[in-house]
Amino acid sequence: MNSYTDAFAWLFSAKNWAGPTGIGQRLLEHLGYSGLTLVVAIVIAVPLGLYIGHTGKGRAVIVPFTGALRALPTLGLVILLALWLGLGLTPPLIALVILAIPPVLAGAYSGVESVNRDTVDAARSIGFTGWGALWQVEVPLALPLIVGGIRSAVLQVVATWTVAAFLPLGGLGRFLYDGLPIRDYAQMLGGSIIVILLALALDGVFALLQRAVTPRGVIAGRISDIRTTTQQSPERKERSWLAPEA
Amino acid sequence: MARTRSLITAAGVLAAAALALTACSSGDPLASDDSTSGAKASSSTITVGSAAFPENEILAYIYADALKDAGVNTTVKANIGQRDVYIAALKDGSIDLVPEYTGNLLQFFDKDATAQGADAVYSALQKAVPTGYEVLDQAPGQDADSYNVTKKFSEDNHITSLADLAAYKGSLKVGANPEFATRPYGIPGLKSQYGVTATLVPIADGGGANTQKALADGTVQLADIYSSDPSIAKNGFVTLADPKNMILAQNVVPLINSKKVDDKVKETLNKVSAKITTDELGAMLEKSYNEKAAADKIASDWVAANGF
Repeated sequence: MNSYTDAFAWLFSAKNWAGPTGIGQRLLEHLGYSGLTLVVAIVIAVPLGLYIGHTGKGRAVIVPFTGALRALPTLGLVILLALWLGLGLTPPLIALVILAIPPVLAGAYSGVESVNRDTVDAARSIGFTGWGALWQVEVPLALPLIVGGIRSAVLQVVATWTVAAFLPLGGLGRFLYDGLPIRDYAQMLGGSIIVILLALALDGVFALLQRAVTPRGVIAGRISDIRTTTQQSPERKERSWLAPEA
Repeated sequence: MARTRSLITAAGVLAAAALALTACSSGDPLASDDSTSGAKASSSTITVGSAAFPENEILAYIYADALKDAGVNTTVKANIGQRDVYIAALKDGSIDLVPEYTGNLLQFFDKDATAQGADAVYSALQKAVPTGYEVLDQAPGQDADSYNVTKKFSEDNHITSLADLAAYKGSLKVGANPEFATRPYGIPGLKSQYGVTATLVPIADGGGANTQKALADGTVQLADIYSSDPSIAKNGFVTLADPKNMILAQNVVPLINSKKVDDKVKETLNKVSAKITTDELGAMLEKSYNEKAAADKIASDWVAANGF
């Protein structure tokens, strides 16, 4: 495919990387926008998810509501918000936060819900307050799922920020929007490849993070989990006395 | 403007750019369309195609209706997509006729073309069209790029023409499609022809609602809006004159497969083109935007009202 050769030629040309409209700058902008989106989404969704998971309240309202918001087409929302709020970072930021909240929220509440009730009860019986049990028992045990929720949001946010280049903003979407009208398909495909690689790389980082935050006791006691099958080695069997197999 | 106007539609496709690219390269986008395969259709049937935006669709139906009234069998395949796609459809025989715009079509066939005025562009276009195809008479009506300012900006600074901008002291931002950064009638043209330094604020909606809002609220001082857009008058924007003919002429013109051209077809389409003025285009678009009338209805009303 000729277009792939052209795209890679575009990607590996030094002049496309330099300057205020180069790939380097666009990549930083894209990371900045995505990071900001995630911070806002986490600040909103993680406390909300912990509350829902810990108390069991609000689940019937909040979860379907945020899920329904997610069905709004992001580009349409960006255009509409820009008509209302004017150009700038705010319209796409709102649209992308709306996209990122449901997976983060789902990770947080299902993480807390998945903690064995007996464990929480045990914590309470040795003197933990409700707050203490949440932070020292439930959150650490829920952390792999919370990070998993954020991981799934990262993938969507990084991929979807490209639509914001509809407005006068930077980011990797510029290569798509600027390339299409002048039929510079090498630039468009090259830009897409960077977005794909960036999404895969960040997903990898979060996979490692997810593993790192899993409490050791949980790994030792885990019977069989798809995500950790590669870890299952004879070593695990030797330690199997730690937790009897179910 | 023909191809870029459909950017709003195309933007959706962008979200899956890789997918879109595959779709573009893998051939015939009309394969699953209706049974009239253009290549095999009898020579007496003319298939009229159109780009994927309202004005072009209306024009396609006008051609089809006028030809039908003249006794030629026609079918319409509207909303095909952007220029790359419908020109490919023209070449493989899926369609025979499509309403086009002189300036952009010339640039498509000849990237290095330098003609700018309506007549110069038209005669250059006649030479640039590939063998086997031809353009008939061009209409007086244009759907070209135009620089617009707010009424207040125009009055406060006494600016009614692009030539007046050089004397303006403040900074100038232009709200327009991303390709304005490189087009000869965009930012580079302002600099080289009028000595005006301006920065581009890329808004990929083809002079649509977002661009108009940016102009109205002062985010940009200038906005590129297509000249046939009725919202220019509605918002009280002032279109700046272009004394040096920097902006490429974009007269409406039928592009047709030569095999389908006979005296009757030629005469009918030339009569139609003679009546399509920029005001007529604006009135048709007004019906499309405000009354949400369907393209075929607007077209048949127009054809009836103009006595074909």
